[in-house]
Amino acid sequence: MTTLVIKGGHLIDPAAGVDAPKDILLKDGSVAEIAGPGKIKVNGNTGPDVQILDATGLTVAPGLIDIHVHLREPGQAHKETIATGTAAAAAGGFTAVAAMPNTIPVNDSPEITRWMLSPDRSASVRVFPIGAATRGSKGEQINDFAALKAAGAVAVTDDGHPILKDNIMRETLAAAARVGLSVIQHAEDTRMTQGASMNAGPTAFKLGLRGMPPEAESSLVERDIRLVTELKDARAHLHVAHTSTAAAVAAVRKARRNGLRVTCEVAPHHFLLTEEHVGLYNTNAKMNPPLRSAADRDAMIEGILDGVVDAIATDHAPHAVHEKEVEFEHAPNGITGLETALGLCLRWLHKEWKLPLGRVLSLLSAQPAALLGLKGRGTLAVGSFADVVVFDPKAEWTYHAKETRSKAHNTPFDGWTMQGKVRWTISEGRIAFSATTPQ
Amino acid sequence: MNATATPPARRQLQTPKPPASPFPYNPGSLLSVMDLDLPAIGQLLARATALENQDPLTRDRILLKRRIALLFYESSTRTRTSFELAAKSLGADTTLVSSLSSSIEKGETLKDTGLTLRALGAEAIIIRHNSSGAPWLLEQETRLPILNAGDGMHEHPTQALLDLRTILTHLDPSSKAVILSDRKSTVIPSEAFAETKQTVILSGARRASAVEGSAVSPSTLEGVTVTIVGDILHSRVARSNMLLLPRLGAHVILCGPTQLLPDSAANAGPGIIVERDFEAALRQSQVVMMLRIQAERLAGQQIDLAQYKDAYQLTGQRLAAHAPKALVMHPGPIIRGLELTAGVADGPQSAILEQVRHGVAIRMAVVERALTAKSTIG
Ligand SMILES: [Zn+2]
Repeated sequence: MTTLVIKGGHLIDPAAGVDAPKDILLKDGSVAEIAGPGKIKVNGNTGPDVQILDATGLTVAPGLIDIHVHLREPGQAHKETIATGTAAAAAGGFTAVAAMPNTIPVNDSPEITRWMLSPDRSASVRVFPIGAATRGSKGEQINDFAALKAAGAVAVTDDGHPILKDNIMRETLAAAARVGLSVIQHAEDTRMTQGASMNAGPTAFKLGLRGMPPEAESSLVERDIRLVTELKDARAHLHVAHTSTAAAVAAVRKARRNGLRVTCEVAPHHFLLTEEHVGLYNTNAKMNPPLRSAADRDAMIEGILDGVVDAIATDHAPHAVHEKEVEFEHAPNGITGLETALGLCLRWLHKEWKLPLGRVLSLLSAQPAALLGLKGRGTLAVGSFADVVVFDPKAEWTYHAKETRSKAHNTPFDGWTMQGKVRWTISEGRIAFSATTPQ
Repeated sequence: MNATATPPARRQLQTPKPPASPFPYNPGSLLSVMDLDLPAIGQLLARATALENQDPLTRDRILLKRRIALLFYESSTRTRTSFELAAKSLGADTTLVSSLSSSIEKGETLKDTGLTLRALGAEAIIIRHNSSGAPWLLEQETRLPILNAGDGMHEHPTQALLDLRTILTHLDPSSKAVILSDRKSTVIPSEAFAETKQTVILSGARRASAVEGSAVSPSTLEGVTVTIVGDILHSRVARSNMLLLPRLGAHVILCGPTQLLPDSAANAGPGIIVERDFEAALRQSQVVMMLRIQAERLAGQQIDLAQYKDAYQLTGQRLAAHAPKALVMHPGPIIRGLELTAGVADGPQSAILEQVRHGVAIRMAVVERALTAKSTIG
């Protein structure tokens, strides 16, 4: 395996408390040494096995981790494959992605989990499958969490659908706690969202679309928090996926003050866009949960700035072009996100709203790693996995969806200005993306 | 960190603005009433009158042999016939594609149907669709002039224009009073289609009409209150009217039970208020538009019809007591005995059949514009 030396860069490793010029030696897939500029001595120095990356003027950080992506395999390879999805991840600076189980068939078994992890999938970066909480994600029968965990699953969820029934959610939380897995809830009381295709409110009324009320999200988050409270098991961990409403963030904030292990993630589109961005039926602004009101969007920003939000996760949801070229109410939910997350976070969270770079990077690496218990990830401390992103933090550039490495083009951020251009993404010591690599 | 550490000026943060709308792509399209500025509305009203008065033998040269497709995903008698007659009286060839057509039944997408119609030579498409927003998709994909003949629960712009023409016909521009027509001089709809040069004189009303002048301004309907009553939630007619009429100075009152009229409707645009009390609304109104309950869109909701009629049915008694001078309108189809009584539908205040006649005139103007409008962007 190649030895890599990243020289001349500025290392930001929030988990290790490092924010300084450092050189890094990556060997055998791990971080072997961190030292001041010019201090790393490579044995034999310039052998063919040693590659030196000049990171002068660039930021070096732990590879980004997205705990909410839809890679569409097995079953929907026309939208995305594990290979194309992880290639997009690498281009976006991600070295690890957690893959949601709403595949076809649903990933509710060790066999499918192992299939996703097989080298035959040609993943560019590390994939962490998330197992389905219930059989077929139908919300009725709980899966064997120990077996899923043994096969490689890092959490359980029925994402795409909520775990709606009280007793099933209670059992899921208890069973997952026993084996040390997090429960990720897609918080949507679907009894309130039948036939709806955007946020409920004046905009939906004006467009003649049925709306999803914010309460459909917040009421289920509140229900789940109540169930965690009643469970009285310190190991229980509820994670709220793609939080989009002020009331849901408030509920998580309160639960945390009460000492509960309740965490939440927010997607870039929910802290940047509002229902107004639906415009005149732009299906690339249709996702679930939907773009909400300006007040909700502001609450996402506030939650990120004040620390109640634990992670930025993209909810990368690729769809084929023809699937989105239909009537708004018939278009599938979801947008891509892996290639735009860092650029949007730096452009808005950091540059515009002054969140320190270390905090931004922590939300994209250290915190999500901690949340799912991904050991040796989200930091570049010696001995950690050699998962690294090297980027130019000042570079401004324009995102063009047609240049994506994903199979899908469904993004509302086409043509947007991004900040922070990825130069290299290194996954376990191997260069998974280089800005000069042809597509 | 706790919440008190949050910077106070959250709302002053810069956030990304929604992009400007690229619609309409084609200057001949009429997707929404918002596509038309006031001069364009005035122009359409003027053309409607001119075309209505024009000799049919010269009128049918205007779009002679031009090809117009009617793409109807929902059944419709009134609107389809009205558009068809309008297009034909300008000389255009029309062809009807309905949702019962084999390609659509076999699952062809709207995009593909649109592209196929374009390849077949259609120069404009008039679309009615059960999904809100479908005309925008069709325009984006075909870039043809698209006329929205009703999309889902969203808009029905030609209905709002014909409603506007109906109101203007009854408006005394000096006093801003609404003048009721003399029933005897009102035509039955079939006469409106007759191939003879015929204008309809609504004694008193028509002479005072603002239609002749055609120019409309933000004060044209100043002092006029229009109440729209009933199933607002599912009504594209209501949406188009509530977006159009206030721009000419009208007040729009929306009236109905919460189930059929969410409070947020008042935020749909300026000049709109919600009033739950029908009789209070009637007392303020010069125009009352009654709507049908769209049972097909109720999506499982149950409406107590007895209760509904009790609160919102327009009866002769209610009309006489609270709005004896108001013009009564309805986009049709009417359900006699539900949203209004037969007596009111047929009574002296009713303009329901006049609306139908104005529909043909307005649609002639709209179809003409579709095929003759020039892009201002070049
Ligand atoms: Zn979800």
